[in-house]
Amino acid sequence: MQALTNKAKQVDRAPMSFIEKMYLPAIIKGMSITFSHIFKKKPTINYPEKTRPFSPVFRGMQILNRDAEGRENCTACGLCAVACPAEAITMEAAERQHGEENLYREEKYAAKYEINMLRCIFCGLCEEACPKDAIYLSETFTPADYQRKQFIYSKNDLLIPHPQENPEAYKKALGNRANKITVN
Amino acid sequence: MSEEIKTIKVTIDNITIDVAPGTSILQAARMIGGDVTPPAMCYYSKLEGSGGKCRTCLVEVAAGSTADPRPMPKLVASCRTGVMDGMIVKNMTSEKVPEARAGVVEFLLLNHPLDCPICDQAGECHLQDLGYDHGKEGTRYQFARRTFKKEDIGPYIQLHMTRCILCYRCTYVADQITNKRAHGIIDRGDHAAISTYISKAIDNDFSGNMIDVCPVGALTDKTFRFKNRVWFTKPMDAHRDCQTPGCCGKATLWLRGDEVFRVTARKDEWGEVQSFDGKPGWICNTCRFETKQTSSWTIEGLTTISRHSVIGANKYQTLEMPKETVKKVMRGVEPKLLMDIHSVSGVNNPDIHLSEINGPAHSSDFKK
Repeated sequence: MQALTNKAKQVDRAPMSFIEKMYLPAIIKGMSITFSHIFKKKPTINYPEKTRPFSPVFRGMQILNRDAEGRENCTACGLCAVACPAEAITMEAAERQHGEENLYREEKYAAKYEINMLRCIFCGLCEEACPKDAIYLSETFTPADYQRKQFIYSKNDLLIPHPQENPEAYKKALGNRANKITVN
Repeated sequence: MSEEIKTIKVTIDNITIDVAPGTSILQAARMIGGDVTPPAMCYYSKLEGSGGKCRTCLVEVAAGSTADPRPMPKLVASCRTGVMDGMIVKNMTSEKVPEARAGVVEFLLLNHPLDCPICDQAGECHLQDLGYDHGKEGTRYQFARRTFKKEDIGPYIQLHMTRCILCYRCTYVADQITNKRAHGIIDRGDHAAISTYISKAIDNDFSGNMIDVCPVGALTDKTFRFKNRVWFTKPMDAHRDCQTPGCCGKATLWLRGDEVFRVTARKDEWGEVQSFDGKPGWICNTCRFETKQTSSWTIEGLTTISRHSVIGANKYQTLEMPKETVKKVMRGVEPKLLMDIHSVSGVNNPDIHLSEINGPAHSSDFKK
């Protein structure tokens, strides 16, 4: 068969020479490579005290957005769920009643909204499908856990903090993409 | 004698067909089928007198007839124009028609709220299809859209006047299928609105058919309101022995698991109610709103859904469920379930039956 590249090397099956049989030169050569790394720049960082810079297109944990008055954007239209290739998103809708106008932006809202993080592949299609700017992938990792049941994220886990009651946490949750989000 | 059946020849988009005299261009095009057929928002073949209002079915007539082969000066509404012998019609092959239709769509959407994420019709809405197929991307309208005071028209039907395109289909249903019409269109021009006038509730046995004929989300099923999106429910053909005179008893059930979320009449390829033995298959309100148990219906099988429709997403006609092999391999030891999803998840709670709630669910329904 013709090789695709010229990098293929024939395996040398010739018997070892005397120097090769001594092994020591090879070991010294290997150890010198190992020890030379002590003086090189360390690639590891002390997470979580230090974090790596995120790529501007990093796709982390989902967040359910609120508008400037703190009302939930999501109207449970189901487009994220139908776009989701892993079928991780499920929801149940309800009608907004009188007195709930400060909680939900439109007359229909998601009474239940769940993302199964065991299934989620962080593709970001939910964010692309959303017509209401309600869901987007933030710059935080999904925290690790010991139990599977902790990975069923309900609205409590996903909703962004209230922008008026808790402005600092809201700003932190928005991350560096705040400008992009608030422009609408 | 004049026993012989005379047929006349008409050519639509270079396809010639023989039709009976008195056929409209739209009906002739539907006989050919496919892309030749102009879209129709107000015309409904099962309702007498419908059509001629929305102008989406505009076509170009390149030659009037063999006797008078001059082209018609303007585009004509194909639902209301009869065919003539030797007529040549251009629909998709015409240069004028797509442009005119895009204009019509823009006009229909002038006052449309575009609240599709909330609307229960989304996914099976003719205006959505029309907008995607024939419309333009943006609107040039910059003024406030018209709004109406919310009106309650009874426990079964939800009226959203802002979404209405004034096709008049629902008034024809009330006139021709129910014995008494309790609603109509009041006021004129921009203020024209469907209303029951003094908010008289529509409580006729066949009033639910207005939901089926409505091409947009202006009239929707209140018992299905916000329960689920259409494309997450599974449509199944079913029938029952209905005692109401005039009710055909053949319906489509929209299921979620084993729960019947919604019952509608069966639709044909044009989005109209299917005909059975030459009669349109209207269903009564008892079938539609009050028979929501699978045990009351004889289920025939999955409804055939166009593969271009979002409703067909994630539904498999011949789904072979993978067999559980652990028990066989492990000599009878049951596989250990790592997590029962219902013990964690709040969605699809087996204790909450959404189909049993009359009208939309509220926050109180989920607190249990």
